[in-house]
Amino acid sequence: MRALAIILALLFAAPANAAETVPTLPDVEDEVMCVACGTALNISQAPSADGERAFIRRRIAEGLTKEEIKDRLVAEYGPRVLAEPRQTTAWLIPGALGALALFGVALTLRRWRGASATPAPAGPALADDDAQRLERDMAAYDR
Amino acid sequence: MRWVVIGVAALLVGLLAYGVAQQDAQTTTTSALQPGETPPEAGAKLPALGAETEGAVADYRGKVVLVNFWASWCPPCTDELPMLERAQASLEREGATVLGITTRDNSEDALAFQDRYGLTFPSLRDGGGDIGEAWGVAQLPESFLLDRDGKVAAVVQGPVTQEFIDEQVIPLAKRS
Repeated sequence: MRALAIILALLFAAPANAAETVPTLPDVEDEVMCVACGTALNISQAPSADGERAFIRRRIAEGLTKEEIKDRLVAEYGPRVLAEPRQTTAWLIPGALGALALFGVALTLRRWRGASATPAPAGPALADDDAQRLERDMAAYDR
Repeated sequence: MRWVVIGVAALLVGLLAYGVAQQDAQTTTTSALQPGETPPEAGAKLPALGAETEGAVADYRGKVVLVNFWASWCPPCTDELPMLERAQASLEREGATVLGITTRDNSEDALAFQDRYGLTFPSLRDGGGDIGEAWGVAQLPESFLLDRDGKVAAVVQGPVTQEFIDEQVIPLAKRS
């Protein structure tokens, strides 16, 4: 039982630990921006992007973790180098706008459904003769 | 109900317009600074390249300053900066200086570049490009000639030439 626990712990801990301590260039460059060109670093072909990649490679060679490398990038290039802002408050406005938009869509859909569910207004009442004829015709169709 | 929908639509349109406006501000090809204007953020403290100190453009007020935005990854800068280094000696004699601002570049690459070309004029670091953006720098290199009051006397988009040094920078330094 104890051996099983150790194996499970190793299975789950080893990959996470490896990812934390030995990042690769693709691990880092898909989370940062090319500051001179304004695109994600992993798709940028600009000369300035090559400088950023070389900087990341040097930090990897020094044995820094991904978070440490990102810290160094921020120290060099400022917070805009990160593809995703670290401050959770930065997500408040887009989140609030998204929620507001969803609320608006939900309200509109509800209104449309309500409108389509309303029964059509009844027509004028039929005269007795016409009503009897309609009944006869409908009975004939059912046969 | 209708007003809620209109409000949501207006918010989304506003957000879209804001995004488009931000994009335009970053991609303009025209310098935002014009002669006679005082550069924004001139007092902002920036790290000095290759030193543990800080400096600001405003620290040079009282001198004629040729502020040059450069980066190690900018090919035209490799032609321009050695010329600026040669000009620095004659500018210093007139009480003027070149002030480099290395922008959107990391300090290791910028320092290696500085050493390779033997640049001795001071350079400040604008790693995130905030100062360059505030000054309207759209492409590198770009230079701003500031008079003794810190106001823009001339803007050069692209490499500075020796003629510009001889005909505009040195005469401005000799005046007053």
